[in-house]
Amino acid sequence: MSATILTDDRPAPAPGRGTELRRRAKRRRAGKTLLLHLGIIALAVVMLYPGVWMLLSSFRPTNQIIGQTGLIPDETTLDNFRTAFEGIGGVSFWTFFSNSMILAVGSAIGVCVSCSVSAYAFARIDFPGRNLFFSLMIGTLLLPFHVLIIPQFIMFNEIGWTDSYLPLLIGKFLAAEAFFVFLMVQFMRNLPRELDESARIDGAGHIRIFTAIMLPLMRPVLATASIFAFIWSWNDFLAPLIYLRTPDKYPLPLMLRQYTDQTSVSDYGAQMAAAVLALAPVLLFFILFQRYIVEGVATQGLKG
Amino acid sequence: MTVTHEASPVRRAGGPARRPQTKRPSRRAAETRAGYAFLAPWLLGFIALTAGPMIASAYLAFTDYHPIRGGEWIGTENFTRLFDDPRFLDSVQVTVTYAIVGTPIKLAAALGVAMLLNNRKRGKGTYRSLFYAPSLIGASVSIAIVWKAMFNDQGIIDDIGDYFGTWSGGWVGDPGRTMPMMILLAVWQFGAPMVIFLAGLKQIPNELYEAAQVDGAGPVRRFTKITLPMLSPVLFFNLVLETINSFQVFASAFIISGGRGGPANSTLFYTLYLYQRGFGQGQLGYAAAMAWLLVIVVGIITLIFFRTSRYWVHYSGEGR
Repeated sequence: MSATILTDDRPAPAPGRGTELRRRAKRRRAGKTLLLHLGIIALAVVMLYPGVWMLLSSFRPTNQIIGQTGLIPDETTLDNFRTAFEGIGGVSFWTFFSNSMILAVGSAIGVCVSCSVSAYAFARIDFPGRNLFFSLMIGTLLLPFHVLIIPQFIMFNEIGWTDSYLPLLIGKFLAAEAFFVFLMVQFMRNLPRELDESARIDGAGHIRIFTAIMLPLMRPVLATASIFAFIWSWNDFLAPLIYLRTPDKYPLPLMLRQYTDQTSVSDYGAQMAAAVLALAPVLLFFILFQRYIVEGVATQGLKG
Repeated sequence: MTVTHEASPVRRAGGPARRPQTKRPSRRAAETRAGYAFLAPWLLGFIALTAGPMIASAYLAFTDYHPIRGGEWIGTENFTRLFDDPRFLDSVQVTVTYAIVGTPIKLAAALGVAMLLNNRKRGKGTYRSLFYAPSLIGASVSIAIVWKAMFNDQGIIDDIGDYFGTWSGGWVGDPGRTMPMMILLAVWQFGAPMVIFLAGLKQIPNELYEAAQVDGAGPVRRFTKITLPMLSPVLFFNLVLETINSFQVFASAFIISGGRGGPANSTLFYTLYLYQRGFGQGQLGYAAAMAWLLVIVVGIITLIFFRTSRYWVHYSGEGR
């Protein structure tokens, strides 16, 4: 865009005063646009630097990671990934990986099932107590999670559920993440009322309306919710740290923590490679579904 | 609904239509039943995982609870002990500094970049996704590890400082520099509020700016008189959300300090100390008292935001 304007320096066929001014203004605007783009790109480079540095460092020999500012490695090696794939403490990387997968996929399924059902009640059924429960649900959005983890831990400990995935997944199947319920309620409120009203005239009950009409229409919001549920569960550190004790049940964040906890001489190479491997699915999801993710944030203000 | 009279000919299920008088109460009851049936997952979760535990932790805060020994009622002792606990006071200072300094910088960065990207036809979507990406991964252990390596002694940040001759030595081990390091990590994740700002900026009609420009208002005036007031509901939303989030930072502090909150308690964030007391040392009563204090403080801050909001948050159609 700017290039065509800059090369267009030959005199115009009829250089009237008006067109000359207009062209100058246009050129100035193009220059400003170019400058702004350069500024934004510079900022983007700074933003991306940590990620790119992590990726490239994972191919460096361990002793060359610290003290290297440049991005291009002098020497590349796959040793770090070999070490990372071996796992840690006798547990292989794939065990951690599949543990993370079970938790993240389980969370996504749980959120979709439980939150969509509950959101339907809030958005489409009129019953006494609905408004009260809706305000309570909104209230839990602002509640710090930490006030619940201690009694929840004691409760799950008493039931004997610690060191299992049940405490990590039960909340997802009981719509405990108000964010998702709220997201789905807002979405459903924008669906035309005539749809369920005409279905009711035809004699359909709520179960029928929900499964045959609402769920198919909710596909975009279900996609957004499951992507977020997956990524949050994948990155979650605190809950697995509290509930899991046996290393072969650990998800990836706890494996990474074990790397950093090891002796004073840290294997930075293996740490970087494992960090890259742990982030890979999240980044893949992001690249594939960025539209859903960014629009989900824009409309409902989901956190990162 | 007043559809019964026209519904009867096309009715397929349920046999002959009943008269409206007998139908209304039974239908209302059916609606209530259906409502609670559909609400059941959330209701069950709310009672078992939110309301119940809150009541339990309110009780726990007044006990000396240990996972093995059990609990003993000690009244307000946990709370009085808290204020004699130097590590607790440190954790409060760390967290409050982080929230007060970090949140405005993060929001300013988010708003600035959102304004740069707004009304840009080319590449807006790409830039938006690019700047958002750190928000999605910033709280992960992977990024905490990268941050630690970058800011370590002889890490790249150290090298950059050496190059300009402004600082030397690692940031991770220097109590005076860990806070800027943590705040940089938070600011780096400005993408989430930025996306929300962008959605808000899109709602501002362009005619307002054009009219202001005709009246001779410069960019500063246009920003303070149009952008800020029109954006104030979104700004308010972001401010509440980001402040609450900043009180809950955990994973990055845990990884960077190896779970200890050092050096010199400079990364001992509130939630990290709560974890240490509750799950490291098994003093669950003490930790419950800390958690309740956090809820009260977050509640008060939110209330202050909401109370003062009527002086600076403008909703369109309010005629102010």
